[in-house]
Order: sequence, then structure tokens, then C-alpha cells
Amino acid sequence: MAAQGRHGGKKSNKMTALVVDDNTVNRMIHHRLLDNLGIENVAVVNGKEAVDIHCSGKTFDLILMDMDMPVMNGIEATRQLREMGIRSMIAGVSTRSMEREIREFIEAGLDDYQEKPLTMSKLISIIHKING
Amino acid sequence: MRRQLAIMRQSLFDQGYLDEQFIELEELQDDANPNFVEEVVTLYFRDSARLILNIQQALERKPFDFNKLDGYMHQFKGSSSSIGANKVKAESTLFREYCRSANAEGCLRAFQQLKKEYATLRKKLEAYFQLARQTGPLETASRPK
Repeated sequence: MAAQGRHGGKKSNKMTALVVDDNTVNRMIHHRLLDNLGIENVAVVNGKEAVDIHCSGKTFDLILMDMDMPVMNGIEATRQLREMGIRSMIAGVSTRSMEREIREFIEAGLDDYQEKPLTMSKLISIIHKING
Repeated sequence: MRRQLAIMRQSLFDQGYLDEQFIELEELQDDANPNFVEEVVTLYFRDSARLILNIQQALERKPFDFNKLDGYMHQFKGSSSSIGANKVKAESTLFREYCRSANAEGCLRAFQQLKKEYATLRKKLEAYFQLARQTGPLETASRPK
């Protein structure tokens, strides 16, 4: 097993992320991926909590949004965040592979979409889009 | 013992129990998080046991609610995929295909096979992590040959 992380970085003062996923395993992995890149991050368990955290005044540079979640799914959460005027990078992350389903998610307001499982290279490609 | 650990690890890939995603998890380990992979895998087995029970109970109710079964399996497959559980993921995919074609017998067969693969994976990973704890971390995560 690896003893050294290959992407370790110092905590960034600027880049922040929100993980939105009802799956505990995925939350743990996404948290670690972001941590390894030095991105401060918090996690919520469904779309409603994602909307609520923004209503409380918090904003994030990046939102990793799962699609299938109870209470409020990723499509609805993305739609609501955009209607609230949230302009953060929202990257949809899902196991869905049907074009129709992915298109609906993208049309809700995503900036990017990646098929799960999320890997370091996929996350880096998302972040490159934030940095232009 | 390190050699034994490396051989054990290699065989998990060679026999198809694990795929590249497991290596992605290994690469997230560092000195500050030396047990990350074992922690994620432990969480997976704890979390997925609940899903397996839900599916089991849903299969005891007739007629089958294929939408519900597919929903549970979608979650289970997602977690399995995230830790690189290759064979378990494959059985999950097969189960979902049977759900979509409303094939009750197929679902039952696929679920039995899935539980076998799941139990085997659990046993193998428990043995692997037990040996890893005794041996200490390998220096680098290596791609399977």
C-alpha cells in the first residue's frame, strides 16, 4: 500500500469545495481526493442540504454534485442553486451512463460531468476548468 | 512477509476481485492517512451490509418491486465500484439487467452469486489488511503486472 501521497499540497487559502453525495463511501473518497489537493471541503448528504448551506451564506469554488439522492436529487439541487444565482463550478458526478439522463443533469446547470468513480485525474480536469 | 503481502495483493487483481480503482485509493494514502484504504473498505462493508439486507428483504416480498430492487442495487453498485470491487460490481450489473427485464428468477440467481462474491471479497480483504498491519505499509502503490 502507498506510504506517500502523490498529490499532497498545502491547504489553499482560496479554493473551497462542497461534496454533495448520499453515499458515505463516496463522501469519504471525494473528501480525501480534495484534501490531497489542498482544497478545503465540507460534505452534505443530499441536494436540500446543499441548497440550505448556500442559503446560510456559504459559497464554494467547486461543488461535486451526485445525481441520485433522497430528499432532493442533484438535478433539482443544481437547478435551484443556479436560480439562486450561485455561479460556482458545479460538476455532476454520477454512475448514470444513459445519455438522456446525463443531458438532463447537464441542462440543469452543470459546468462539467464526470462518471463515477471519481479519480484524481478526473478531479484535476474539473479543477483546470475553474482555473481556466 | 512483505513479499507475501505483495503476492496476496497481486492475486487480488489477477483473479479479478479488484480493479484499478483500488489503486486510486492506495494512491490517496500518505503518512498523515496511512490506513485510508482499510478505512474506506471497512466503511464499504459496513454500509453495503445494510443494502444487502434491504435487497434480501425486498426479494422476500412477492411480487418483486423491480424498481425498488434496482434502486438498492444502484446504490450498492456505486459503492462497490468506488472501492474497485470488480467481481461484485459485475454481479450487480447483471442483477440490474434482470430487474430491468423483470426477470424474477434471474434476480434471485444473480443475488445468490453476488452474495458469494461479496463474502469472498470480504474474506480476502480482511486477510490482506491483517497481513498489511503486521507488515507495515509498502513503499509505493504499484500497478498490477
